[in-house]
Amino acid sequence: MILKRLGVSVFVLLAVSLLVFVFTLLLPGDPAQAILGQQATPERLAALREQLQLNDPWYVRYLTWLGGLFVGNLGTSAATGGSVNALLASKVSASLVLMVIAAVIAIPVGLLLGTWSAMRQGRASDQALTGLSLVLAALPEFVIGVVLTTLLSTTVFRLLPSVTMAAPGTHVWDRPLQLVLPSLTLILVVVPYMIRMTRTTMIDVLDSGYVEMARLKGLPERQVVFKHALPHAVGPVAQVVAMQLAWLAGGIVVVEFLFRYPGLGQAMVDAVNTRDVQVVQALSMIIAAFYVVVNLIADVIGILANPKLRTESHS
Amino acid sequence: MRKSEQRARAEGRASVVPRATVETAIAVEHLSLGVVDGGLILDDVGFRLRPGRILALVGESGSGKTTAALACMNHLRSGLELRGGTVELQEGASRFHRKAVDLLTLSEKQMRQLRGGTIAYVPQDPALSLNGSLRVGEQIAEVLRAHEFGRNARERDARVAEVLSEVGLPSDSAYRRRFPHQLSGGQQQRIGIAMAFACRPAVIILDEPTTGLDVATQDLVLKTIYQLTTKHDVAGLYITHDLAVVAQVANDVAVMLHGRIVEDGPAEQMLRHPQHAYTRSLLSAVPDMQGARDMGGGPAVSPLASVRAPWDDGRSAATHFTADNTTPCADTSDPGSAPSEQDAAAGEAPAPTARAVTRERGAGGVVVPGQEHEPVVRLRDLRMAYGQAVILDGINLELEAGQTTMLLGESGSGKTTLSRSVAGLNDDYTGDVLLDGEVLAPSTRRRSNEQRRRIQYVFQSPFSSLNPRRSIGDSLQVPLQLGGGMNRGQRRAAVADALDAVRLGRSYIDRRPGELSGGERQRAAVARALVNAPSVLVCDEITSALDVSVQASVIELLRELQHERGLAMLFVTHNIALARHISHKLAVLERGKLVDYGPTDTVLRNPRHAYTRSLLEHVPTLEEVG
Repeated sequence: MILKRLGVSVFVLLAVSLLVFVFTLLLPGDPAQAILGQQATPERLAALREQLQLNDPWYVRYLTWLGGLFVGNLGTSAATGGSVNALLASKVSASLVLMVIAAVIAIPVGLLLGTWSAMRQGRASDQALTGLSLVLAALPEFVIGVVLTTLLSTTVFRLLPSVTMAAPGTHVWDRPLQLVLPSLTLILVVVPYMIRMTRTTMIDVLDSGYVEMARLKGLPERQVVFKHALPHAVGPVAQVVAMQLAWLAGGIVVVEFLFRYPGLGQAMVDAVNTRDVQVVQALSMIIAAFYVVVNLIADVIGILANPKLRTESHS
Repeated sequence: MRKSEQRARAEGRASVVPRATVETAIAVEHLSLGVVDGGLILDDVGFRLRPGRILALVGESGSGKTTAALACMNHLRSGLELRGGTVELQEGASRFHRKAVDLLTLSEKQMRQLRGGTIAYVPQDPALSLNGSLRVGEQIAEVLRAHEFGRNARERDARVAEVLSEVGLPSDSAYRRRFPHQLSGGQQQRIGIAMAFACRPAVIILDEPTTGLDVATQDLVLKTIYQLTTKHDVAGLYITHDLAVVAQVANDVAVMLHGRIVEDGPAEQMLRHPQHAYTRSLLSAVPDMQGARDMGGGPAVSPLASVRAPWDDGRSAATHFTADNTTPCADTSDPGSAPSEQDAAAGEAPAPTARAVTRERGAGGVVVPGQEHEPVVRLRDLRMAYGQAVILDGINLELEAGQTTMLLGESGSGKTTLSRSVAGLNDDYTGDVLLDGEVLAPSTRRRSNEQRRRIQYVFQSPFSSLNPRRSIGDSLQVPLQLGGGMNRGQRRAAVADALDAVRLGRSYIDRRPGELSGGERQRAAVARALVNAPSVLVCDEITSALDVSVQASVIELLRELQHERGLAMLFVTHNIALARHISHKLAVLERGKLVDYGPTDTVLRNPRHAYTRSLLEHVPTLEEVG
């Protein structure tokens, strides 16, 4: 069963690569022109087109590009003329650091708060948390970012840097404090959904026959919740967590822009501005791959958490 | 564990051992419970559970019996509140309380010590109550751990194995490492029972533990329960709505109606000489294999000649659970006993020459079995398979006007597939379905309007077969609308007539399904099948979601409708006890094959196939009063 999911994932990625390639072809603008600028002579343009194999039929170019992807060669940047790999390496790692921090904090917090809220269903603390998470879920990420900046960086307290500084050759994580605001923003964006979904799922599960049975067996409440109820919530909650993590890969564009964080998002904005088709393609593929991998992990967790699916996959 | 605790427990155990001397384990008195800010669910309920005896709490869904049972564990489902009364655990019943104690005054923590250890619970539906993500052995072991049973893990392990073999399951470690979904329904229920008996409780509460099991498994589970409670001197509370089951396991009976206990007493007396009108009506609703009683107010279609209800003449029937009988129900369930027992379930069968024909009582329309009829529907060599799996294997069947054919089989036998093929809802079969000698297209979409009109189908669940957003009238006029040829007024009149015909009355026409009880909804569903005057009615398990007394009234309705309209009926069910009450012919389906087929009386008297015989052996009847 897991192998089947894996096969589907590969297929999805191939389909995405085709779509990305076709749509970037449709973009206005000529890569050769973009590289050489407006003053380029027709001869030089023609020569560069030949060099970039722009005259080949589209499917040949697609297959060449796809072949490059398989060996990890993302192509040549039209804007800088350098390798896309070199251009994106530092940005991808910078974004990845941000996302990992956000995920590592958000997932346990979301699960625990959601479970806690479900156990106190209907009480004041549950209602307060539910209301707060609804408000947070309703706010766009840039509003949360701006509020946090005002609160912690500029107007009220001046504790944290509001803008990321990364001189060439240094890493963003060399100054850990500047990671706080962007990751806090991301956490506040994704945690409310996780809380709400965990709470809803757990309320269903806590209402089930096997949880009532566990209580009637005289088991301590902690054991009832963590041993009998939580495993049943893991599958559905993993799906939501995956969706949120996948959202991080896209939503990070706005947050990075807000905090001038030199990551994927900024690279994307720059690439679109300069019509750097190769970089846009590469970034789209990276984000798509991230979506697919995260969802695949969620599916696998769902299968592993459910003995019924797990034992079927063996046979 | 600390030494002092160990000693306290040992002492506690010592005082628990002579349980048999304790007359009552739990005494419930003046118990009243209600919905928060709402009406009463339980009104002044009282009963006593005695060691080594089982009290059956009988009533219909909504009568409050599960609420009463859970109150014995001081467990109130959310939305309920206590209004008064006591649930007294008598002295000596638990190691935690030397003196008698009112459970309703205990804290949650104190209750936790008792739940599962001293007072154990067996749930109604093991599929919902066993945790799907834990291995079954662990689910038993954790009760032992929670109640500190045994000195160490090894002793607890041994107890898990012991209790598994007590309920008749394999106790090897491979079996204990299985997950619930890898067990059959009957095995799951026995895991539930093992879980309850694991800590050697003083009191065990069983909440309809055999609902949804086939008769053979039910028989086995009931036997297990009876043996364990007697052997270990456990006080049992058995909740059910099925009096036939009561006759098999219970020593005492309390009958509940609208949250009150209307009658109680020893089982023998209650089943033979019921005093309260409600108890009588419950008893008359139980289908019996002989077709002796007038279930639902009308005589059975194919009764066994010259037998009468046990309380009519006080004739003593075979008793299976007598005090000196150490192996209860051995005489009907031992697979190795003499072949003559094929008649066991039919009680003291009279000479086979006394045909049912001689017993045509009152209702002149009851069609005499054995008479020749023109088949309305004929199935010719119906076959169907999904790859290797054969669903239907060469079925030949005839449905005759004014006659009911019961299609009997367990889940997975192919009976629903067969009935759906007749109605054209399943078009993957090979072979022919003929209506008045004319071959029907497999799919209902390819059948003519007239052919569609003549075969109507009633679904199993009245809760999902009616659209909750539409009024009954709207739902019922759909078949007429599709048939065409009638204006709005005519359609409404026809719907009103159909509602009258199913004894609901035309006032139901503007109500919605949510306002109706289960039995009323099923009547409405029958009315929908009747609006365009079909000649064939296919009823797919239409009474299995209903209480016994509601089932009786629906059966009665079908008999009357058939009498009035001469319908040919295919009555699909897994309940063999209904056979004589509704069917002229009986067709027994096992794994897609008709293993027995003929007039109901003949099949029941001389079942040819071992499967039919095993069904007959295991069916619970009121004659087994213990």
